[in-house]
Amino acid sequence: MQLFENISMAFASVRSNKMRSLLTVLGIIIGIAAVIAIVTVGNSMTGSVTDSMSGMGVSNITVSVQQKSSFNTQGTAQGVTLRRFMDTTPGDSDLITDAMINDFYAAFPDKVDHFEYTVDVGQATIAKYGDPTTTIKASVSGVNHATLTAKDDDSQILYGRWLDDDKDAGRMLACVSEKFITQAIGGSAQDAIGKSFTLTGSDGNLYTYFIVGVYKYTEDSYSSMFGSTSDDDIQTNIYIPLDVARSIAGTASGYQSFTVVAAGGVDVTSFVDTVGDFFASYYTYNDSWTVSASSISSLVESMTSMLNTVSLGISAIAAISLLVGGIGVMNIMMVSVTERTREIGTRKALGAPGSAIRMQFITESVILCLIGGVIGVVLGIAAGVGLSTLMQVPGKPSVASILVAVGFSMAIGVFFGYYPANKAAKLDPIEALRYE
Amino acid sequence: MSQTPTPIRRGDAARDTEAFAKQIAANLLETGNQQAPAPAPDAKAPLIEMHGIRKSYYIGKPNELEILHGIDLTVYPGEFVAIVGESGSGKSTLMNIIGVLDKPTTGEYTLDGVNIPDAKDNQLADIRNRKIGFVFQTYNLIGRQSALKNVELPMLYAGVSGSERTRRAKEWLERVGMGERMKHQPNELSGGQKQRVAIARAMVNEPALILADEPTGALDSQTSRTVMDLFHEMHDTYHKTIVLITHNPELANECERVLTLRDGLIVGERKGSGKRAAL
Repeated sequence: MQLFENISMAFASVRSNKMRSLLTVLGIIIGIAAVIAIVTVGNSMTGSVTDSMSGMGVSNITVSVQQKSSFNTQGTAQGVTLRRFMDTTPGDSDLITDAMINDFYAAFPDKVDHFEYTVDVGQATIAKYGDPTTTIKASVSGVNHATLTAKDDDSQILYGRWLDDDKDAGRMLACVSEKFITQAIGGSAQDAIGKSFTLTGSDGNLYTYFIVGVYKYTEDSYSSMFGSTSDDDIQTNIYIPLDVARSIAGTASGYQSFTVVAAGGVDVTSFVDTVGDFFASYYTYNDSWTVSASSISSLVESMTSMLNTVSLGISAIAAISLLVGGIGVMNIMMVSVTERTREIGTRKALGAPGSAIRMQFITESVILCLIGGVIGVVLGIAAGVGLSTLMQVPGKPSVASILVAVGFSMAIGVFFGYYPANKAAKLDPIEALRYE
Repeated sequence: MSQTPTPIRRGDAARDTEAFAKQIAANLLETGNQQAPAPAPDAKAPLIEMHGIRKSYYIGKPNELEILHGIDLTVYPGEFVAIVGESGSGKSTLMNIIGVLDKPTTGEYTLDGVNIPDAKDNQLADIRNRKIGFVFQTYNLIGRQSALKNVELPMLYAGVSGSERTRRAKEWLERVGMGERMKHQPNELSGGQKQRVAIARAMVNEPALILADEPTGALDSQTSRTVMDLFHEMHDTYHKTIVLITHNPELANECERVLTLRDGLIVGERKGSGKRAAL
């Protein structure tokens, strides 16, 4: 097979000019290494971000009231701008109302699976069971049924039931964790159903709730991370009916934020914009507040697109490097053809057709670039994994990018090797044989 | 492979040529004429047949130069022909045309039945590969490649398989006495050794014609002798048709037929000894 002979001749030629070959392919090595390194780093970062976020509900869209930026309020009166800086929390008239949400659901019934509401009423305290002199803290929040049932398997209901939206509206009921029972109520969790307890709310008032459900306690990641689970700070949640929480928190007119859970099969990334635009339309004439929607997938997406922009920039530099490298290869192939003019003449006299000569030199150029490409890939992976480790994300070299890089370096070899090879193929055998 | 005549056919050709040579000799004795006789009607078809070959350079330009002014040349299979001439006589140009490295400007040239002026570049490459074996004054071995690889080269272009290439290359290197040094690269060989490798390379595709351009030009007289002996062996043992271009009259005399080229014309033809001269 002539191809095999060509390859072995190409390697012999590269070997006989080691230094020259190395310098020639330096551009290609740098170009390929840069691309592989940046792709590896980008891949590792998006990989770790997606891994850590995929468990957090990619179909959740958080809708919240936010201050308008100065860009949104260009041209408003000076006094209005001043008011903006005075207000730190939205007023009653700035909240998202149930009417808006109903309108929204009416507009996109197929795209919404359900809504989740959480209204925090702050930290409440209660005397510790068997030790009335110490108090323990728990955070109280009003939630709807859908929010509770959407909780992960680790914190499902053990005894009793979750709160119901309609039946429990306006009633002083609560779902508590088993840990809260042992710390604050005493007795078994099963017996606790129906018992009442009194909390001192963050506003100083006393609130009495009846227990309707006990759920499984899981140490949340925050307390486990910081290791501050002292007995009087048990980091447990007490869930109460949504409207009760709203009246305690004084936000009866609406919500500062809530969550839209998109139905299966909905493209969350694009639906986020629809949701944001829908609610923002109610705030067109609001001086200082608007609504924005965000989701983890859009966060991941924006991060990926930022990485892609960076990658694109570096790829452009790499492309220039590859172009320069390719020209270098072309140059050295021209030199090689000139140096070996007699050899080419001899080969032609021995019966080599132009195509065989062309193939020989293209093969040599491809092998040269391939060597550069492989060295570049190895250096690029090393650099990429090294950088990823520095950024404390696991290095993930992309197989596709390695294949593309190797293929691309071969393509450079063919592209920049063709002209010199063709020049060799077209040499007049007599001139070539006479060449000194 | 298919181009290689079977040994039996080759033997027949040689006997024909021998008979033909005897006939020429007889004719020459009878008439004392130095001109080549017309071929006998039953003789083999000529290997090389040239009529009115002219070659010009810089055609259409003010410095247009005609090197060959109308060459007629006929060489029969199995002949050992020398072409002698001063430098500038057009020897190299004629050799390039015979070796189909170049095409004549005008004139007819048939090599082994192929009409050369009509042939395309790829056909010419194929003819050079299968029908002609070149031996150059400067050896023209490929550097950085062993003697064995050099001899394999023509077979590579002929599409012979790898193992067969190696087998035949080894066989021919042994025949030219280079069996011991086949792994050596050209820069590790002496001039005579390089030329022997070059002859093996010329022979390995079993071409119809060996075309040697000053093969001893760069060698001392003793080495020249061994190389010349090798050509005799190729002719006597393997019955190759050899066209030898030289300016050395002693070497030319060892050939069967000596053509003299002067100013682009064949001005003389005489019979040589056809035998190797004493050292």
